[in-house]
Amino acid sequence: MTTALDPSKGQARPRASWPAAAASGNGDAGPARAGLSMGEVLAAFEKGDSAPGPVWLKLRRQAALARAAAVGFPTTHDEEWRFTRVTPVLKLPLHPADAALRRLTREEIAPFTFGLDCWRLVFVDGHFCRELSSLPTPGGELEAGSLRAGLAGGAPELERHLTCCASDQANVFTALNTAFFQDGALLRVAAGKVVERPAHLLFISTRTEAGATAHVRNLIVAGPGSEMKVLETYASLGDGQTFTNAVTELVIGEEARLDHCKIQEEGRRAIHIAAIAAQQGRKSQWTSHSVSTGAQLARHQIQTLFQGEGGHCLLNGLFLAHGEQRVDHHTVVDHAQPRCESHEFYHGVLSGRAHGVFNGKIFVRQDAQKTNAKQTNRNLLLSEEAVIDTKPQLEIFADDVKCTHGATVGQIDEEAIFYLRSRGIGLERARQIMVRAFASDVVERIPLEPVRAHLNQMLTERFKD
Amino acid sequence: MELLEIRNLSAGVEGKPILKNLSLSLKAGEVHAIMGPNGGGKSTLAQVLAGRSEYEVTGGSVLFNGADLLALKPEERARAGVFLAFQYPVEIPGVNSTYFLRAALNECRKARGEAELDPGAFLKLVRQKSKILELDPALLNRSVNEGFSGGEKKRNEIFQMAVLEPRLAILDETDSGLDIDALQAVAAGVNKLRRPDNATLVITHYQRLLNYIVPDFVHVLMEGQIVKSGGKELALALEERGYDWILEETAAAPAGARS
Repeated sequence: MTTALDPSKGQARPRASWPAAAASGNGDAGPARAGLSMGEVLAAFEKGDSAPGPVWLKLRRQAALARAAAVGFPTTHDEEWRFTRVTPVLKLPLHPADAALRRLTREEIAPFTFGLDCWRLVFVDGHFCRELSSLPTPGGELEAGSLRAGLAGGAPELERHLTCCASDQANVFTALNTAFFQDGALLRVAAGKVVERPAHLLFISTRTEAGATAHVRNLIVAGPGSEMKVLETYASLGDGQTFTNAVTELVIGEEARLDHCKIQEEGRRAIHIAAIAAQQGRKSQWTSHSVSTGAQLARHQIQTLFQGEGGHCLLNGLFLAHGEQRVDHHTVVDHAQPRCESHEFYHGVLSGRAHGVFNGKIFVRQDAQKTNAKQTNRNLLLSEEAVIDTKPQLEIFADDVKCTHGATVGQIDEEAIFYLRSRGIGLERARQIMVRAFASDVVERIPLEPVRAHLNQMLTERFKD
Repeated sequence: MELLEIRNLSAGVEGKPILKNLSLSLKAGEVHAIMGPNGGGKSTLAQVLAGRSEYEVTGGSVLFNGADLLALKPEERARAGVFLAFQYPVEIPGVNSTYFLRAALNECRKARGEAELDPGAFLKLVRQKSKILELDPALLNRSVNEGFSGGEKKRNEIFQMAVLEPRLAILDETDSGLDIDALQAVAAGVNKLRRPDNATLVITHYQRLLNYIVPDFVHVLMEGQIVKSGGKELALALEERGYDWILEETAAAPAGARS
């Protein structure tokens, strides 16, 4: 097993250093990959705490494990991973993160709560922490608790919903998650109920030993005609080389309305790979907000499938990366049904030697007439060495549709900078104001005011220089 | 003492000389107008004084209040009391006008050793100043200059000037693109802001603005130099006769002979 290397070095330019003779296919071994093989990774997690769950789940876990073993880790020859190498993950001595060594206090988690008045489920290194959480009374409009408890207590319809939105076939990290997840959040809103108070799922990494891994699994079920807001945030206490592999599944019933906001602010040496997968019923509305600022490597797969007519989704995203950070968003909107609308806005701000990726897929199936799909990706490069790969990918099989996409890459408007300076505002502050303005469209769409305030504060501090 | 003293200033852009040994002095309390044909260097002078880095100073000096202006960054010049009203004010989507202007004012106040204004005190000041300029305060809730009409942009420049209270205001073609009502409003604003301790440099192509902002001195800037200076009557002569006669006059008398 290779010991962990300094992740800040060595992996910044994959395309330049990838040998032409690199193994393809499952790519499980080969000259280009120094690090763990899939076999070693599977062994590392099988040794750990046995994965909880009833028989139906055990069968799915086995299938997922077999899938992972068969396909191995992706290489940059894999179209889905063309711009992002997974090598930094495999260089870590991966192992399951134990339950917290010590209890966190409310004071310690306070900086991660944004002062938001909400129901809150707190997970420390992937393990549910009841004492720090505040849950609604069982039997109310919102059922909230740990997935582990839900599985043990035989919560209804888990068999139907769990593992049904996110695909083990399409994403090997999702397969690993299915095989090995220990816990996560389970939220359910009954049909027709409107939950005013948002639910906050807070995941904190605290481990200091390299390779400590949390496979987090969340399931959110919005009953027909229901409404709720969910905030899902990831943060680190300390600077450990942790690995978070999170999967969130959203089952959005007919005419339901779900606002989902994810903020990834893990430590600078952490690795974060995540999937958010939704299935939307007829006339449902989903808004997805994804803000990614942390981790040395962050990869987000965000997808929705319109299962009924007249659905609506908003995919709103902001990613910031500096230094040697890499951040990758892959989004998929599957217009499988007619008369659905999707609006997508992703803004990226990259500085230093950071590398960003935006890949936006839109499928319009043959029957999906009257589809209205719009995608925009705007990127701001603050240094000459920062890189963005942006790729719209539209596959349209219906003829009566409206689909637009656009991507831009640019620098800060120097005219505007001079204008600000000519009024007495210093260069650094002027740049900070311009970055904040660039991000503001995305931030302003987020429906939770304390989260917006937090992000504005973060933007101010991050670009203070 | 002179508030602004430009001595033998030469400057250009991308290696092309534009200003050639230009000299000009302003005292506090004075209004000077600079007129001249397009391409003569009027806007270059404004940009050089404001500190735009694309313009390279190749010779001469500029003293502002006795200090070397050219050694200062654009923001330091602004904090020292130099204000440029842009010919083409920049639209900045996503930056709120009020936020921007309060940040600017507080930077200038800090530089003067004054306390920063809190949002409440600033709002009061803004209300008072927007009345002077007859500017619709609703504009200040929008992004800086975004979607403003030409007249609104120019009025907003003068409004910013009213808030920042500079020692030296440089108005770069502030009259261009304004109808007569907007022109009068802008000029009235400038006149209300005149004080014995500040000075104004009005750069314009047309005499029209000078009916409303009456200058103490008029200078003609052609081919990178001040070729003629006079009182406000010079502006009227230029309006009537154009610029050619000045060229003939200066060709007849060598530059050194003028005082």
